[in-house]
Amino acid sequence: MTTNKFYNAIFAAGITLILACLMIGVKLDTSGTQLAVKGATAAQWGWIGGGIAVVFLSQLFTNQIDALFRMIPKPSISTMLPEEKKMATLKPWLIAGVIVIMVIWPFMVSRGSVDLATLTLIYIMLGLGLNIVVGLAGLLDLGFVAFYAVGAYTYALLSEYFGLSFWVCLPISAGMAALFGFLLGFPVLRLRGDYLAIVTLGFGEIIRILLNNWTEVTGGPSGISGIAKPTLFGLEFTRKAKGGEDAMTFHDYFNLDYSSSYKVIFLYLIAILLVCIVIYVINRLMRMPIGRAWEALREDEIACRSLGLNRTAIKLSAFTLGASTAGFAGAFFSARQGFISPESFIFIESAIILAIVVLGGMGSQMGIILAAIVMTILPELAREFSEYRMLLFGLLMVLMMRWRPEGLIPTKRPQLELKQ
Amino acid sequence: MSQLLLDVNGLTMRFGGLVAVDGVNLKVKNRQIVSVIGPNGAGKTTVFNCLSGFYIPTEGSVMLKNEQIAGLKDYQISRKGLVRTFQHVRLFQKMTVIENMLVAQHRHLNTNLISGLLKTPNYRRLERDAMNHAIHWLEEVDLLEFANREAGNLSYGQQRRLEIARCMVTQPELLMLDEPAAGLNPNETKELDELIIKLRDEHEISVLLIEHDMSLVMGISDHIYVISQGAPLAEGNADDIKNNPDVIKAYLGEE
Repeated sequence: MTTNKFYNAIFAAGITLILACLMIGVKLDTSGTQLAVKGATAAQWGWIGGGIAVVFLSQLFTNQIDALFRMIPKPSISTMLPEEKKMATLKPWLIAGVIVIMVIWPFMVSRGSVDLATLTLIYIMLGLGLNIVVGLAGLLDLGFVAFYAVGAYTYALLSEYFGLSFWVCLPISAGMAALFGFLLGFPVLRLRGDYLAIVTLGFGEIIRILLNNWTEVTGGPSGISGIAKPTLFGLEFTRKAKGGEDAMTFHDYFNLDYSSSYKVIFLYLIAILLVCIVIYVINRLMRMPIGRAWEALREDEIACRSLGLNRTAIKLSAFTLGASTAGFAGAFFSARQGFISPESFIFIESAIILAIVVLGGMGSQMGIILAAIVMTILPELAREFSEYRMLLFGLLMVLMMRWRPEGLIPTKRPQLELKQ
Repeated sequence: MSQLLLDVNGLTMRFGGLVAVDGVNLKVKNRQIVSVIGPNGAGKTTVFNCLSGFYIPTEGSVMLKNEQIAGLKDYQISRKGLVRTFQHVRLFQKMTVIENMLVAQHRHLNTNLISGLLKTPNYRRLERDAMNHAIHWLEEVDLLEFANREAGNLSYGQQRRLEIARCMVTQPELLMLDEPAAGLNPNETKELDELIIKLRDEHEISVLLIEHDMSLVMGISDHIYVISQGAPLAEGNADDIKNNPDVIKAYLGEE
């Protein structure tokens, strides 16, 4: 056992040595017109040696380290909250309070934070949408960003070619994304697990490549720019009204000085509104027969069939509703950015959304909201380490899976009142 | 006297060259407990899978209330009133007991998205009816106190009972139980025995049973079919089967 451990540690240290030598120890440098191989400095070699020692020791003492991990108390959120009955009466007030704070907050902080918060809200929407497919229905979808792209492009194209407003396009975008979800759903219904993941991954890529190459319509890699911003009952947030004769701007109408932060705050408030709608709808769905059927399908497909549930319809509804949420988020995204290109819809986006769902605790809405906040704000805070961002990301994942495999806030089963 | 509920004729299931079921006939009348027995690997569960639509039989007819159901989809068959349990309990483990019961009533509920989002009176009424129905059946199988427990946390015997209750809320006319006594202790087997008889006598349904526990089978069956190596071997009441030399040979081998 101990010797086994020792060999293991030696092996790991060796691998580290090889990788470190190749990646850090030797560098290519341009000297004049030629490339020269340069060795690392003594300090760097010192760091590499230290790293190898750490790997060696951590492999050798895995058991002790594991024990240490177990000693770290797990924060139990349930004990921190008041009792269940108290919670039930407090909940509406709590929700109202949170919404009021969310609405007042942007007027007190910088433009940058509001902008970041808006981005976070988009990811919350995406996380909640994917949660229907992955968390509730148990269908692993690696191409979720495709529906996001469909929603975004639907608004961008309708706005550019037909001049439709954001508020008209919002439901259309959700509908288009839902249609794509439906179309993808049909062929993949028979697939499960890994196979489904591969097909959805492919679908995500197809959409991106299509957007990239259909230059006449989508503008190809250069994307679509100058997408109209949302308006408040026809009031624009630009310095000068663009929308024709009777168009007015927000600051003119209310006799205010022009400030670009109005627009940012307005977008944030729209995002809050959309997120509230999405949360409400999905919360209801989870407690409706269809939501229960999704979870039942995740738990045992064969039992579902034997009880008269049509799995085709249930899977399709999960795909369609999840996709429409992404379409919703996509339309808002393109309105916020004013510019979209296929670059925004690469695979890593799907991975981040999936990470949000897994990190938050599959199926739990609160967890996903929290995870979306963590996943968007952490990279911003760690801007100085931008090169190591993905490394931090990976570290966070490993620690989470080690520490709280069930997610930040695990799902709690709804307790149903039996007596009327 | 009593009507024919299920009439199976010449049921045959081939997987490539392998004949798993060969010309099986079954008849189940209203309010009857009928058992299918046979040595391991005889094809009993395959028969069940054919009847419930998990497999589409290669040949033969399956008539439920004079209606051909062979070839229908599994969920269509269960909606016609033929519901089954499984050899290994198949519950929705991570959902609560009451949720398990509500999922089973899916098609009796108002599944319209809009009415669910708005909680229309019709939606509320159907949801309440389903709840009452679920509570009624949980009481029948003595699981009401565990209603908000996760199904996976119940004991094995309780899980078996929940599976039967979950079938019963779909309001079936024929309940097919695949080895319901497997893994139960003698006490639980006795309770199961009483439950099955109650289903027939009070709830007026028919039960088609696959079981290895001979005392259970012999005690409650109105009619017994024996299958061996996919083919029908014998049929009759408990006494006929007990004394049938072919059956004894199939179970114990030749001397």
